[in-house]
Amino acid sequence: MARAILAFIAGGLFGAGLLVSGMTDTTKVQGWLDVFGDWDPTLAFVLGGAIIPMAIAWNVAARRARPALGGSFPGKPGSEIDRNLVVGSVLFGMGWGLAGLCPGPAVASISWGGIGGLVFLAAMIAGMLLAPALRQRMETMAVALR
Amino acid sequence: MIETDWIWGLVGGLMIGSAAAMFLLFNGRIMGASGIVGGLVDRSGWGNWPERLAFVAGLIAVPALMLPLYAVPVSTNITENLAIVVAAGLLVGIGSRIANGCTSGHGVCGISRFSLRGIGATVFYLLAGGIGVILFRHLLGVI
Repeated sequence: MARAILAFIAGGLFGAGLLVSGMTDTTKVQGWLDVFGDWDPTLAFVLGGAIIPMAIAWNVAARRARPALGGSFPGKPGSEIDRNLVVGSVLFGMGWGLAGLCPGPAVASISWGGIGGLVFLAAMIAGMLLAPALRQRMETMAVALR
Repeated sequence: MIETDWIWGLVGGLMIGSAAAMFLLFNGRIMGASGIVGGLVDRSGWGNWPERLAFVAGLIAVPALMLPLYAVPVSTNITENLAIVVAAGLLVGIGSRIANGCTSGHGVCGISRFSLRGIGATVFYLLAGGIGVILFRHLLGVI
């Protein structure tokens, strides 16, 4: 129960931060990506601001045996920039630029995003369901090409 | 010249990072939106569904409750072209799951621990997003 309560608070703070920072406004996101248009640097402040507390948290975690509510901390990150990471990030970035929404803000704005927001979420969920099969197909193709 | 939007961006960013810090230090979990949602969608994360569902509930409820605080109506300003919206949603869903992370997981949580994968993913999705906007806005004029 404690884990769920903490998760609710973390999710809530994440959502509040997304709203306050302007990241639920698709024009702010596209304004950041549009380096040849009327460039909007807000996203750099958001990402920079978010990295500071999280960098401190990783340092604290490194000196603790386990999380406050038990279980274990995530293992060391992989260092391999593999095909899935590159292809996936490129596809994700294209979609992000196209509509100006990524998964966090898309969920956070569900109550005021209107039909467009709901359609985006439905398509995103469909994409998430399609992803494992597409990843499998990519593997098969890569093996065939080898 | 510092603009108000930048200050709000920094404040909101600090809130986002604090949320990620809490989720790590209390629950031992990485706050990645696509992973938390994706695990519920494709059942891969049903082993700890209460935590995931509670996170999503907070993510939806708290900003919704904050809306009345704004004098001007808040809008996502998403395009009315639903074909674009569907294409973008599919790309975001497929891409974030194949890459195993999005802006929150690879961006916020990955870069802050100097993860090569997090930094690499961020470089690729920023480049693709930038090229996407140039292509679809300036060359094709569809967004």
